[in-house]
Amino acid sequence: MLRFAAPLETREEDASSSSLRFLLTVIRRDLLLAARRRGDWLTAQFFFVMVVSLFPLGVGPEPELLRRIAPGVVWVAATLASLLSLTRLFADDHRDGSLEQMLLSPEPAVLLTLGKAAAHWLIYGIPLLIVAPVLGIQFALPWDAVGVLVLSLALGTPILSLLGAVGAALTLGLRGGGVLLTLLILPLYVPALIFGAGAVDGVISGTGAEAHLSLLGAFFVLSLILTPWVSAAALKVSLE
Amino acid sequence: MDLPTLLSAHDLECARGERTLFTGLGFGLEAGRLLLVQGGNGQGKTSLLRLLTGLATPAAGEVRWRGEPIRRARERYHREMAYVGHANGIKEEFTPLENLRLEAGLAGRALDEAAAAQTLSGLGLARCLDLPARVLSFGQRRRVALAALLTAGALLWILDEPLTGLDVHGVALVEELLRDHLAAGGMVVMTTHQPLTLDGVQVQKIRVGDWAPAARR
Repeated sequence: MLRFAAPLETREEDASSSSLRFLLTVIRRDLLLAARRRGDWLTAQFFFVMVVSLFPLGVGPEPELLRRIAPGVVWVAATLASLLSLTRLFADDHRDGSLEQMLLSPEPAVLLTLGKAAAHWLIYGIPLLIVAPVLGIQFALPWDAVGVLVLSLALGTPILSLLGAVGAALTLGLRGGGVLLTLLILPLYVPALIFGAGAVDGVISGTGAEAHLSLLGAFFVLSLILTPWVSAAALKVSLE
Repeated sequence: MDLPTLLSAHDLECARGERTLFTGLGFGLEAGRLLLVQGGNGQGKTSLLRLLTGLATPAAGEVRWRGEPIRRARERYHREMAYVGHANGIKEEFTPLENLRLEAGLAGRALDEAAAAQTLSGLGLARCLDLPARVLSFGQRRRVALAALLTAGALLWILDEPLTGLDVHGVALVEELLRDHLAAGGMVVMTTHQPLTLDGVQVQKIRVGDWAPAARR
């Protein structure tokens, strides 16, 4: 008894620092895993680039038309690319039992889902932001529109990761979970898609992007606050 | 000396789909004791262990830790409890060292490399500290999971078939770990199909099948 009593008392004092350590470990762990399995996350990036690049080939090289469709095409491709990688957000950890271990941590499950979504965004969202300007040039977008495209993706892709985590948690362990995830989550992506693409449209047509970007930002804050709780609850139900 | 009952189960009922596996199951476990959960395949041993960890919720009844329902005292309970399930919970991409240190971080603790290496060497893994777990054998991975159990420093161990995949030396090692843990006042709830030699240990036994609805009728 005595052997255990001492360290347990001291541990309770630094509760906030251990929560932070938990969150950072979740993120660091997923980044490290992605670094060890490079093929996995490059697939989603290549998918994004390929889908976007197919459109100029399909609809013809007319700059006016390309400029019109560019925001929508980039945004739709971004949502599909994020779905491609989301199916495995919790599935791999579920299979080898490490998800159970993480849920048995004294830290709340909300931090786990938040960390998982954050890591997903760092792995899949940031590279999208980096290649997006190149794709914008491919669609003959003016520079200010390219800037807003990147900005809208910077605000919007975290929403995709956060909402996607809810879907991934809900469909965990189900057969055909990938298809179900798509059906569940795509409708929820619609606001991000509309405001994100709308912002770039606004710059091109001259009406300005502020309104769309503010709404996108609000949607981001809302999902940042709400979705980790929902995914944590969904995760517990899926593991029962 | 009269030791306090730290872990107790009250009227637990577990249902899998339409079928009720057991109902009205209850026990109390004191510090320094080992509870051996027995029963045939499919009678609900793993289900009982998952109820005890808090991963699953009982259809009726409750599990208490230090007199409090684990639902309410979750944080404290999970700080004092460690679980090794069927799956080892280790990542194949990481080396045993990385696995151990990440797992400590996930429990909100810091674990320095020397301490992790020492624990792993103690479990006979000194030669594979820097190999990815992917290339380790099944038994070696099991040992990594057991090393994580040791570094967790938990009071209560919940072990689901900890001996699967272990060789003779491994089994002897686990028996030694169990004895040390119990002698230090720790508690263990475990299932196993293999014979255990635990001299001087008070083993409490529970048969899940005795609480099956049909047996009570």
